[in-house]
Amino acid sequence: MAFFKLLRSSPLSARVGLVMVLITIAAAILAPVISPYGETEIVGDVWLSASKDHYLGTDHLGRDLLTRLLYGARNTIAIAFVTTFLSFTVGTICGFFAATLGGWTDMSLSRGVDIIMAFPTLIFALMVLSVVGTSITALIVVIALLDSTRVYRLSRAVAMDIGVLEFVEVARLRGEGIWWLMRQEILPNAMPPLVAEFGLRFCFVFLFIAALSFLGLGLQPPTADWGGMVRENAGAITFGIFAPLWPAGAIAFLTVSVNLIVDWFLQIASGLKD
Amino acid sequence: MNTIAAMVVKRIGMGMLTLLVISVLIFAGVEALPGDLTEAVLGQNALPETVTAFRKELKLDLPPHIRYFSWIGDAVRGEFGNSLANGRPIAGLIGWRFSNSLFLALATAVIAVRVSILLGIAAALYRNSFFDRAISIATLSTISFPEFFVAYILIALLSVQLIIFPSISNINAQMSFWQKIHAIVLPCMTLTLVVMAHMMRQTRAAIINILSDPFIEMAKLKGLKKARIIILHAFPNALSPVINVVALNLAYLVVGVVIVEVVFVYPGLGQLLVDSVSKRDIPVVQASGLIFASVYIGLNLLADVLSIISNPRLRNPK
Repeated sequence: MAFFKLLRSSPLSARVGLVMVLITIAAAILAPVISPYGETEIVGDVWLSASKDHYLGTDHLGRDLLTRLLYGARNTIAIAFVTTFLSFTVGTICGFFAATLGGWTDMSLSRGVDIIMAFPTLIFALMVLSVVGTSITALIVVIALLDSTRVYRLSRAVAMDIGVLEFVEVARLRGEGIWWLMRQEILPNAMPPLVAEFGLRFCFVFLFIAALSFLGLGLQPPTADWGGMVRENAGAITFGIFAPLWPAGAIAFLTVSVNLIVDWFLQIASGLKD
Repeated sequence: MNTIAAMVVKRIGMGMLTLLVISVLIFAGVEALPGDLTEAVLGQNALPETVTAFRKELKLDLPPHIRYFSWIGDAVRGEFGNSLANGRPIAGLIGWRFSNSLFLALATAVIAVRVSILLGIAAALYRNSFFDRAISIATLSTISFPEFFVAYILIALLSVQLIIFPSISNINAQMSFWQKIHAIVLPCMTLTLVVMAHMMRQTRAAIINILSDPFIEMAKLKGLKKARIIILHAFPNALSPVINVVALNLAYLVVGVVIVEVVFVYPGLGQLLVDSVSKRDIPVVQASGLIFASVYIGLNLLADVLSIISNPRLRNPK
């Protein structure tokens, strides 16, 4: 019930964002049911224009573009979500540890993070992937670890602020262990900024994977994913066929909608009222 | 004056240290490869003689720390060895592409910095007006769009519908300056749109932040014009955050060029890096990674040093 109350107080932009995200998620989950053809099924000529049989036309191998788009939603969003989740788990645990323990742990973790953040993420990922190869597991682990540096910064800063409050001090004096402090005292109070950050990081990771796939180093064909679909159909644009704009537009659609929701959360987290 | 010099020197020292650690990381990354480079390049069924010869050529028979120092020493002198894919010297491959990438980044910087600062000032001047809101929505959406989306929209509009600019930015040494400029208009426009958003929003925020200060109140009470207050009183004081965000975004350009170069098939360093990663031409990857890292760290360093220098409170210590 509290959720609906919260929803009723939401601004219009957040509601629009929410509807857009729900549409995308529904499309991703229902892909096998609603898509007219198979994921890698070749159904006609190359780069057919939109018709009644193919609502968005066909791609560079003659596969139905709408079908690929729906399956692409499934793969791209699932991988981005898993990566963000992993990055959050690693980032918040390390950040909370650094903030509660302080001293050496804090020093060494923070300096390490400083160094990784002094290097452009895309270049770092490219270099690591050139060594370990481009499997989906490698992709998820590499991006999650790189991204967890930003989560670390935020969660450490938040936990630092909370760690000096009286109730944490009380728990410490009561003799609670470090896990208790992190889970029962700090985490619940750090939730609002972390949730907003989750949305932001999801956008970033999602765009990042799309960019890597676009460069041909992310998900490998024939798996459908939006970044890769832009790459495969890129050649069409010089013939005036807008096939690459559909997946690129889908990426933009999802990022904009998540950003709309994140804006609202940020407003709640910062306690601003207009 | 002494404190400020000390801060700058300290910051530069930190930057050099970071670069050193990064170079070790880049080098060690390849060491972490299961087996070693030989297996990755020659495959598991290579003859023992081939393997020995290959290891000797790449100096893989020497211990790691010696190889690291000889690699970094060569890199400082601008020698990176030979490419694995075609055996040509890497320095030659990189030199021309690096200058192309710099050309593209500089052209973008020249346009993006001016336009975004002007728009930022204008948005602060006409705050909460229709103009301000329109700019705010436009920049928010360019932040959320991936670079290649912006790029393909521009191609669809300006090179397919209206045939004004080429969709492939192929440049070579024979072209004149203006021919080159014409070739890079679209990639340049894409990058400008992408980096402008942050710079413009930061300029606007920094100026608006200062507008609530007492000395602005004073200027208002003296009856000065709004434009004069913003340009002569608020902007110089907002300079430090603005310079910082400009330099950070120029550093971001270093990464932005990678994707844009691939979209427009522009012969730059980013394109080379991506090609070499898919060919697993590791010496080239290491060399171009090191160059990207130096430029990126250098620009971040510049951002910090400039914001230390341009901060009036640090410049005139009590």
